[in-house]
Amino acid sequence: MNLLLKIWRQKGPNSPGKMVDYPVTDISEDMSFLEMLDVLNDQLVVKGEEPVSFDHDCREGICGMCSLYINGQAHGPERLVTTCQLHMRSFKDGETIYIEPWRAKAFPVVKDLVVDRGAFDRIMNVGGFVSVNTGGAQDANCLPVSKVDADKAFDAATCIGCGACVATCKNSSAMLFVSAKVSQLALLPQGKIEAQERVLNMVEQMDVEGFGNCTNTGACEVECPKGISLENIARMNREYLSAALTGEEKKEITGGF
Amino acid sequence: MGLTGLFLISFLVVHASINACIWFNDGGETFTFYAHFMGTNTIVHFIEAGLFAGLILHIVDGLLLWKQNRDARPVQYAYNNPGKNSTWYSRSMAVLGTLILLFLVIHLYDFWAPNRVEYVTTGEEKDLFQMMQERFESLPIVLLYCAGCFSLFWHLLHGFKSAFQSLGLNHSKYNKAVEVAGIAFSIIVPAVFALMPISMYFHLVH
Repeated sequence: MNLLLKIWRQKGPNSPGKMVDYPVTDISEDMSFLEMLDVLNDQLVVKGEEPVSFDHDCREGICGMCSLYINGQAHGPERLVTTCQLHMRSFKDGETIYIEPWRAKAFPVVKDLVVDRGAFDRIMNVGGFVSVNTGGAQDANCLPVSKVDADKAFDAATCIGCGACVATCKNSSAMLFVSAKVSQLALLPQGKIEAQERVLNMVEQMDVEGFGNCTNTGACEVECPKGISLENIARMNREYLSAALTGEEKKEITGGF
Repeated sequence: MGLTGLFLISFLVVHASINACIWFNDGGETFTFYAHFMGTNTIVHFIEAGLFAGLILHIVDGLLLWKQNRDARPVQYAYNNPGKNSTWYSRSMAVLGTLILLFLVIHLYDFWAPNRVEYVTTGEEKDLFQMMQERFESLPIVLLYCAGCFSLFWHLLHGFKSAFQSLGLNHSKYNKAVEVAGIAFSIIVPAVFALMPISMYFHLVH
């Protein structure tokens, strides 16, 4: 396959960036999208040019590291896959492919296609955990969990925090991510204890980070590589409403690191 | 947005029901009876003040959302394909809302404002039925009203079910019902509104 890539190049966080054309030839359709970029980078290195920086790690769709806004869609045109699982057979020979970083104020560009998703970490730091004592594990039957709740919690927990929801949302809202992280704990008995504090703190941090607001377009659910459901956003809204109305006065949070 | 939206939706039901009384074809007698009640009852006046408060809240809230959401993405995508994952009207609520607001200003200037001025100054009401008949003689005005209803249709098509989701009312047992009710509501109510100027224009109302 021969392709024309239009890639966002940006030297550093504060430098101006622009789209640059890169023709690539002899691409196998069995390559993953990232392997195709590896080929391009090899060619750039040989030519003595700066290779394109992009995030990647496990390359098997579970780490949440790869990103890329490909032809106007997060993780490219296929459903329920990350960019590393996207194959070149999803494109046509001779096609022009636009490759851009996630665009959001809360995800500043570090270099080229690499963005800083530290905002997600800071949201997790203020509530994405349960406080449990260490020591001998108690009998599992002491904490009965219904199969339905366990499944829903597990579905929410499959969120890999890649940020496709933010990238694809017209408002750059992080509601799908935050709601998945709130839900996976709110559904289980271990998470109930800190549930009110958690949802209030995580939503507050989400706003501090400069993400937009949810207007229920549903784009995030469609583009999420893990199929996280909008049901989680509704659950978080319920949790938030009840916590805001009935919760204890909130203690000061420092806003992460 | 959800709470104020649902509140405004409840007003649409009342407004559409009372105005539909023109189709009794009794020279506007039934319509005028209810319109008179709505125009002169003190309790309704208080509710009306609440309605304007709700409308203003909805607008201010919407503008704040629009501003914050625009600021959340300072650099736009060079190439974006949002049609692959969401409907155009769900992404255009601010534009549709603005169109509805523009229509609303004209609409209030046509009927509500002159009637209220008359009531405050003379203690009498205007003949709203006759005003409608005269106003809807003009084709451009009829088309303008239809355009207003058309914007309302798209706005409601997303807004109705979106309000439920925002309030956390999402349950697999009821989602389908909410969706169907939303579609039905957004078709029926704007259609009823649009049919008023149309039937007046073609002299189908006597």
